[in-house]
Amino acid sequence: MNEGLAIRTRGLTRDFGALRAVDHVDLDVPRSRIYGFLGPNGSGKSTTIRMLCGLLTPTEGSATVLGHAIPAEAEALRRKVGYMTQKFSLYEDLTVRENLDFMAEVYALRRARKRDRVDTISERYGLTRLLGQRAGTLSGGQKQRLALGAALLHDPELLFLDEPTSAVDPENRRAFWESLFDLVEAGTTILVSTHYMDEAERCHELAILDQGRLAASGSPQDLARDIDARVVLLRTDRPRSAGKALHAEPWVLSVAQVGNELRVLADKAQEDAVAAVAARVRAAGYEVAHCESVPASLEDVFVAATLPNRTARRERAA
Amino acid sequence: MKFLHRIGAVAAKEVRQLRRDRLSFGMIVALPIMQLLLFGYAINMDPRHLSAAVADLSGTAASRQYVHDLAQSQVIDIKHQVGSAEALEALMRAGQVSVGIYLPPDFERRLAQPDRAAGQLLIDGSDTVVQAAAASLVSPARTAPVADAPPTLEIRTYYNPERRSPVNTVPGLIGIILTMTMTLFTAVAIVRERERGNLELLITTPIRSWELMVAKILPYIFIGLVQASLIFWLGDSLFRVPMRGDWLDAYAVILLFIVANLALGLMISTLASNQFQAMQMTFFILLPSILLSGFMFPFDGMPRAAQWIAEVLPMTHFMRLIRGIVLRGAELGELRGELAALGAFLAIALTVAVRRFDKTLD
Repeated sequence: MNEGLAIRTRGLTRDFGALRAVDHVDLDVPRSRIYGFLGPNGSGKSTTIRMLCGLLTPTEGSATVLGHAIPAEAEALRRKVGYMTQKFSLYEDLTVRENLDFMAEVYALRRARKRDRVDTISERYGLTRLLGQRAGTLSGGQKQRLALGAALLHDPELLFLDEPTSAVDPENRRAFWESLFDLVEAGTTILVSTHYMDEAERCHELAILDQGRLAASGSPQDLARDIDARVVLLRTDRPRSAGKALHAEPWVLSVAQVGNELRVLADKAQEDAVAAVAARVRAAGYEVAHCESVPASLEDVFVAATLPNRTARRERAA
Repeated sequence: MKFLHRIGAVAAKEVRQLRRDRLSFGMIVALPIMQLLLFGYAINMDPRHLSAAVADLSGTAASRQYVHDLAQSQVIDIKHQVGSAEALEALMRAGQVSVGIYLPPDFERRLAQPDRAAGQLLIDGSDTVVQAAAASLVSPARTAPVADAPPTLEIRTYYNPERRSPVNTVPGLIGIILTMTMTLFTAVAIVRERERGNLELLITTPIRSWELMVAKILPYIFIGLVQASLIFWLGDSLFRVPMRGDWLDAYAVILLFIVANLALGLMISTLASNQFQAMQMTFFILLPSILLSGFMFPFDGMPRAAQWIAEVLPMTHFMRLIRGIVLRGAELGELRGELAALGAFLAIALTVAVRRFDKTLD
């Protein structure tokens, strides 16, 4: 057992009937880091999180969380983890204080400690003025802070956040992420799922999930460096038509328009991708104003990793 | 004609949704069938085959013939032969029979004296319908075919001689109210948490399944006891409903019944996927509980199939227990069969509920 790991899974799999929601996922999540799950809806992010906190039993494979085997020792683990569900799941008909008190009591905090934690948490997450208000009347950002605060009352070593910012405006998202780094500095490990690139970019490490499979993992920088594609930026007078022409090429993995520019992912086998892209666009009869090779963004990594039928394209290219 | 188009779209969508909600769809068919069968067959205001016991102390050919003639009427089924009036009363108090026939040693001699009653007909008055049916045994129409001078039985109505209906309605009402609120409250309380996602959060906390279940039903036990006390108090002050048995016995039985219904509610909560379904399922239990338990219509008058269904319902056993204690002053020992039935129901419902209420989302 690696002391530095908070979570270790091997071959973690979960079926729902005929559907394989999570397919042999191997994860190594280091302690005191923000570890991100990046993936589209239905990629298995929530199912993986639910297995890791003992809500769902894996169909196959093993998982060790904070040294506890899952699901056998899930009960022992519950004291050490906090979980923030995707949907607000505290009681809307209770006040903020009643919700916090209730969660503290469920975690069996002693009276003095409960009072202390509720005070600290409500101050830290700006809930002090809202304590008497019913949770159902809070805004999206306030609900999210309440949910985070409630998940932290018992000072968990590991925090699971399932798409925590889906109902929150950009400003609150930013503040929310700043508060996550405070927690990490204090030693907490955070596992967060998201489908926002900017959030994924902030994580220390990432796992990209696609249709239940682990498509890629590593730090955002490493992932960008090791991307299995060449990224070419192209400026042309007819971006829509040029894009279509490029897309027909078997060595072009994807074409995305950003304003007037085209961001082209080319197969790594294509040695001089810039020249090939430019030549193809000119051959189609469009002007090439500018064409250069650029470093991969996380979105490029995500697109390259989750590309459907990539092997099929490869074979066609070869 | 655009409005027809729009109405059609919504109506078609409604039918499509209804077809996918299998429980509601089932209710559409099952409810009328159930009601028809219940009201058509089970509910009988002129019940026959009332359980009866005979204490024939004269033991003559004439007394046997007389008992035989009474049995021929099919109003009563003679289930027991006992040796004394006290034994008849004990059987009645325990709820085993609702009619007792007492023929004294000098029955034959009395028959010859038309001015005196030859024997006694003891009737359990805790159900007014039963009372009326049993009384018809001695009406002239029924006794006329019997040879010789009409032999009269003196009617002695036990427990509710004034035939006041609140007296037998009120104790049963406790059962109906508790079935309704206890089952529905627990079922909905748990399903609501699941629907709103609260349960997903609770499951990840250290609270255990059984702790969660106990904590959820504890407040309702208290609420149920308050409801029962309220009915007792109003029954006493408004309708002078007596309490002939022991208060402690009554509350012990009520407590058992409350817990049985809470277990039933828990079981429903593990089967229903939303609050509406939980309400539908509760209704499915409540309707036969009202109609078949003996609360509204006498149990003895129902056909066999309806009686079997009724025996499965906790309400039927509670009815017998609470009427026995409150109206007939029965002791728990005399009603142990009903207690055992209620206990068995509780054990089964609780086992099913606990097994199904797993602390995972699988």
